[in-house]
Amino acid sequence: MQALYAQLLVGLINGSFYALLSLGLAVIFGMLNIINFAHGALYMMGAFVAYFLLNLGGINYWWALLLAPIIVGIFGMILERTMLQWLTGLDHLYGLLLTFGIALIVQGVFQNYFGSSGLPYAIPDQLKGGMNLGFMFLPVYRGWVVIFSLVVCLATWFLIEKTRLGAYLRAATENPTLVRAFGINVPRMITLTYGLGVGLAALAGVLSAPINQVRPLMGADLIIVVFAVVVIGGMGSIMGSIITGFALGVIEGLTKYFYPEASNTVVFVLMVLVLLVKPTGLTGRAA
Amino acid sequence: MKKSIASLLLGTALAVATAGAAFAQDKTVKIGALSDQSGLYADLGGPGSTLAAQMAVEDSGLAGKGWKIDIISGDHQNKPDIGTAIARQWFDVDKVDIIVDVPNSGVALAVNNVVKEKNGVYINSGAATSDLTNAQCSPNTVHWTYDTYMLAHTTGQALVKAGGDTWFFLTADYAFGAALERDTTAVVTANGGKVVGGVKHPLNTPDFSSFLLQAQASKAKIIGLANAGGDTTNTIKQAAEFGIGKGGQKLAALLLFLTDVKAIGLETAQGLNFTETFYWDMNDQTRAFSKRFAGKMKNNAPPTMVQAGVYAGVRHYLKALEALGGNPHDGVKVVEKMKSMPTEDELFGKGEIQPNGRTIHSAYLFEVKTPAESKGPWDFYKLVGSVPGDQAFTPLSESKCALLKK
Repeated sequence: MQALYAQLLVGLINGSFYALLSLGLAVIFGMLNIINFAHGALYMMGAFVAYFLLNLGGINYWWALLLAPIIVGIFGMILERTMLQWLTGLDHLYGLLLTFGIALIVQGVFQNYFGSSGLPYAIPDQLKGGMNLGFMFLPVYRGWVVIFSLVVCLATWFLIEKTRLGAYLRAATENPTLVRAFGINVPRMITLTYGLGVGLAALAGVLSAPINQVRPLMGADLIIVVFAVVVIGGMGSIMGSIITGFALGVIEGLTKYFYPEASNTVVFVLMVLVLLVKPTGLTGRAA
Repeated sequence: MKKSIASLLLGTALAVATAGAAFAQDKTVKIGALSDQSGLYADLGGPGSTLAAQMAVEDSGLAGKGWKIDIISGDHQNKPDIGTAIARQWFDVDKVDIIVDVPNSGVALAVNNVVKEKNGVYINSGAATSDLTNAQCSPNTVHWTYDTYMLAHTTGQALVKAGGDTWFFLTADYAFGAALERDTTAVVTANGGKVVGGVKHPLNTPDFSSFLLQAQASKAKIIGLANAGGDTTNTIKQAAEFGIGKGGQKLAALLLFLTDVKAIGLETAQGLNFTETFYWDMNDQTRAFSKRFAGKMKNNAPPTMVQAGVYAGVRHYLKALEALGGNPHDGVKVVEKMKSMPTEDELFGKGEIQPNGRTIHSAYLFEVKTPAESKGPWDFYKLVGSVPGDQAFTPLSESKCALLKK
């Protein structure tokens, strides 16, 4: 039984990454109608920016947590301005192919220079060590990841669902022409939203840098699972993607305990089941 | 009538003789370097292995003697079906004579069958499974560098003898992990130890915390890592995070490469014990070669033992071809010649290829240096001990290879 508690907690930790990433994807899909396949590459860039900040600029983890999302977010906004904005109104497939291409290019460039086995990034001193919870030894850093990402997820949800800015955003997705008539600069708002989604991915990248290797393919390995999370949660649903992210982390963790061989397929099995029963996803509305 | 028969015979004899001459003069060779070019094993083999093969061709000096040697490379993406498809295309369309490297035991065993079927030459350096020269041995195959039996009988044995008598395995869920777990289990039980449990994880797993918790709960003294590359580095890093070393349990990195240590960082990796058959900083010859090699690598990395094995294997292959006087394009014949000649090169020293295809050379026990001991970007290992080749690899009396039953 004790082992089970430990597995639940570990599942929550992985779920935090799923939640942060799928949240960014949901924001971008909900507001821009783009299936952002470059999300994994942008997540990877977040981790690399943190690595560069530390090793080239001597800038520590805490600043990286703030700076990396901004830097990668700006990169994302440039992508949106120069490429993605021309795809508005076209079929989803175009956005998917474009962002997939961008992901391959970015990953290829990083792999060319840094190889595939990755670079080490140490846990910040303040978060080193661990505590004994009785049923398991919890590394402080992992606890921090769960709490921090939960806060970020809820803040994002609040921003979009409960504030005036969020209301403008949602209105702009429904009817951009009308919102523009009220004197709101819709294209700029969309660029900023993409920047926000990308920033969330980069933030997840920084969070994951001390746990996983800073590797060019770290995002590619994760993004497929995250897409499954978004599909299960319902495309574009903010709360849905947060909850599904954490829940699937837990389910995956339990699978690793009961039947480890299936741990990398269980998410997809669930995805198939959900699509068969409720094609719009668990919390999705019919389009 | 008699005369015409005689002239016919003479003609045939002449034709055979000229064919023989043409055959002896065929000095074209095509080498295929098949590896994981972009995944978790790309740094330990990959583009570096292709470079090693190129350097072996240059150093052989055969180009100056009228030989034409080409190298092509392919990415098997760690998938046996892709690996065999490339191998088939190479033999059928591109007329490749020899396939080298091929890390990932699953792919390696699949390609082994294709090479045998097409009568090519197969010098495997990247894969670990000892089955390549045991149950699934082939007259076309030479296995260089290392294998699971060697890893089990060096690192594994040393740990059991040092008091690590209870083991828990974290095993990569494919041919390699299974072979390494099997061979190490045999050593552990033979030395009076016990395996108390284990868990199989999918290849290329980013998060090991779940598995590490199970290993922790098992209370085994040794947690044996029957995985490789990115999986091993992730396990070691995350084990440190979960305080596994401090709890009295010891990690046994049964297979660790130079590039893995780089990825983990000395801070976390220091003190790990493991076995390799080549390290760039062994002697003047290995240093000289590694310097040349690193100068041609994008990230200036010295060669791993897998890449060194590709170099040594291709050198020996070309020596055999030179001794044959030409390329017969007959895999079995070339491999027989390779087996008949003792191996010797700057990287592995003197050795031999056994009848089952296993190359025998010394193995070295290393310990990862502390950050204070390390004096350069790739100065990672200190030598702890060495095991002579005949003790490190499967004794022929234990081998189930069918080639030995002639």
